[in-house]
Amino acid sequence: MSNATEEVPLSTTAERQVVVGAAGKAPSKEWVIVTREITREYDMGGEVVRALRGVNLAVRRNEYVAIMGPSGSGKSTLMNLIGCLDTPNAGEYWLNGQMVSTMRDDDLARVRNKEIGFVFQTFNLLPRATALHNVELPLVYAGVSSAERKQRANDALASVGLGNRVHHRPNELSGGQRQRVAIARALVNRPSILLADEPTGNLDSSTSEEIMKVFAQLAESGQTVIMVTHEPDIAAHARRVVVLRDGLIASDDRREKFAAKMGN
Amino acid sequence: MPFFEAVKLAFATIRVQKLKSFFTALGVCIGVMFLIAVVSIVDGMGRYMENDLIGKLIAINSFELRHRPNINIGDVDRATWLEYNRRPRILESDVQPVVDALPSGTLWSIYSEAGVQVESEYSRPRRGNVTAVDGDYFEIKRFGVTDGRLFTPGELTQGSNVVVLGPDLVKRLFPTVDALGRQVKIGGKMYTVVGIGESLGSAFGMSFDNYVYAPFRSPIHRLLNREAHAIDALVVQTPTADAITDGQERVRAVMRARHQLRPSQKDNFSLQTADTALDFWNKIKGYLVLAGIALPAFGLVVGAIVIMNIMLVAVAERTHEIGIRKALGAKRRDILIQFMIEATTLSTFGAALGIAVGSGLALLIRSTTPMPTFVAPWSIVVGVLIGAGVGVISGVYPASRASLLDPVAALRQE
Repeated sequence: MSNATEEVPLSTTAERQVVVGAAGKAPSKEWVIVTREITREYDMGGEVVRALRGVNLAVRRNEYVAIMGPSGSGKSTLMNLIGCLDTPNAGEYWLNGQMVSTMRDDDLARVRNKEIGFVFQTFNLLPRATALHNVELPLVYAGVSSAERKQRANDALASVGLGNRVHHRPNELSGGQRQRVAIARALVNRPSILLADEPTGNLDSSTSEEIMKVFAQLAESGQTVIMVTHEPDIAAHARRVVVLRDGLIASDDRREKFAAKMGN
Repeated sequence: MPFFEAVKLAFATIRVQKLKSFFTALGVCIGVMFLIAVVSIVDGMGRYMENDLIGKLIAINSFELRHRPNINIGDVDRATWLEYNRRPRILESDVQPVVDALPSGTLWSIYSEAGVQVESEYSRPRRGNVTAVDGDYFEIKRFGVTDGRLFTPGELTQGSNVVVLGPDLVKRLFPTVDALGRQVKIGGKMYTVVGIGESLGSAFGMSFDNYVYAPFRSPIHRLLNREAHAIDALVVQTPTADAITDGQERVRAVMRARHQLRPSQKDNFSLQTADTALDFWNKIKGYLVLAGIALPAFGLVVGAIVIMNIMLVAVAERTHEIGIRKALGAKRRDILIQFMIEATTLSTFGAALGIAVGSGLALLIRSTTPMPTFVAPWSIVVGVLIGAGVGVISGVYPASRASLLDPVAALRQE
């Protein structure tokens, strides 16, 4: 790896320019995610694990991107970094025009609250809270008043087709319904990106299709969606597929090209 | 996260885990319960001492001239006692010069008292607290009769053989007949009952209503003082509280002259006010309150440790929840406040229970024992503050641990 930047398989010239050409400079508005040479290393009992080894990624607003890769490829680490749950050891991460790679914990918490909507494989709903309260939670931390919170949470639940399930607790809902609650929660604060980590990992195939339809509709309506998955047929729902291998981006293709590759 | 949200969340958590919350709060509950109960006993006794016991023994705005103080419970050393015993008695002959020195408007009286056997035809002999009085005694003590009358000025000056009996003694000596107008025999002499006095109440199960009042000049006073012409006390009541000091100075001057004391010598008599008697009580009360606070404090320390432990367990159990909350934008402060408020709410809830049970206990003690308990409002406030304080203290460490959790690690934990 004599010159890593040369090898970055960015899908377009524009992306290459925004990532490589302007270190230290804020990208223009159309770019919601830009990572420049981000690395993340873990110290596992004396042994340094290099989970990410210089990832360059640029995502435009309204894109629907799947991040793929086998386990150990660094996709979870990348998702944590993109989701501002973690910070890189080196490199820049710009989210919606803000340099978040050097932020402190509380600023990261604020960014997570405002810019990112998480959807997890295991739903991560509070088990004892109702669907409504779960969806309200990001608004609580955003300091939204109680009445407005209720209104917005109800609207969000209605938008994912759960208007009649607001007072149910997670254990009274099916897997697909739980994931819809999680999606409502992710969207309630109108985030810049919807970040989904194996969103169909715990769902049967028909429910998975249902959730993928929701994602497709969201992408259609202009929501930026980043989805981490190891299933090619789920990744194929996205318009762009980034494949990680050994802590680096191995390929970055339009859906059609990715599908063609998979077909081989 | 707003404060109110955090309190609501804390209550929701407590509601979901009722039994666990109850046991968690039990330590604080017991601590506060004992605090309330002990303080109510001390306070009740204090009130009793101040308002009833000493107030009855020594009337308001008054002082007593005695050869030595009669209320000295506690730290009187041997040397002081010996000095007390060497003192000359107050004599009947001292009364007139002292009274002459007092400004007009001042009331005075003399009395001597002792426990003496009283006989009647209707029962076996009983022991009564016999007090021989002269001057404005009943006026100073604000004493009245429920039946019959007090002594006439004539009876007082002539020393007639008449008595006023306390209600308990009346019941014992005259169980079946009306006591008024009948005779009692005291020291071999017959006295006519002219009045039945009002109840003076009781303390610690001891009745104050076994009294006998008689005119000082009646033959009864010979039973009360072994030394001839001695009196127990001269009571002086000034019109106002401010005049007490002036009155005391006048009496002191007369008595020092009569006892021929040189300026370098100390008084060999005592001028006792209700305050001097209360001083001692206040001293004991200090210790009692201290004990009443120190003992429950152990309970509270245990309570605090229990809460801290439970909160640490709660943080461990809810690591995943903390991860979710952090992912959704909870700042360190939000998590810190959430757990602090939860600990504080738990502990204050325990304190509230403790206040309720403690007050109940105080009522129970009052109704089943002679102990006059009183739940002071301040002790309730202190109870609540202690509850909150214990919660804050025991919540700090677990809450800060929770707030510092790494969101990625927290989310990974199931």
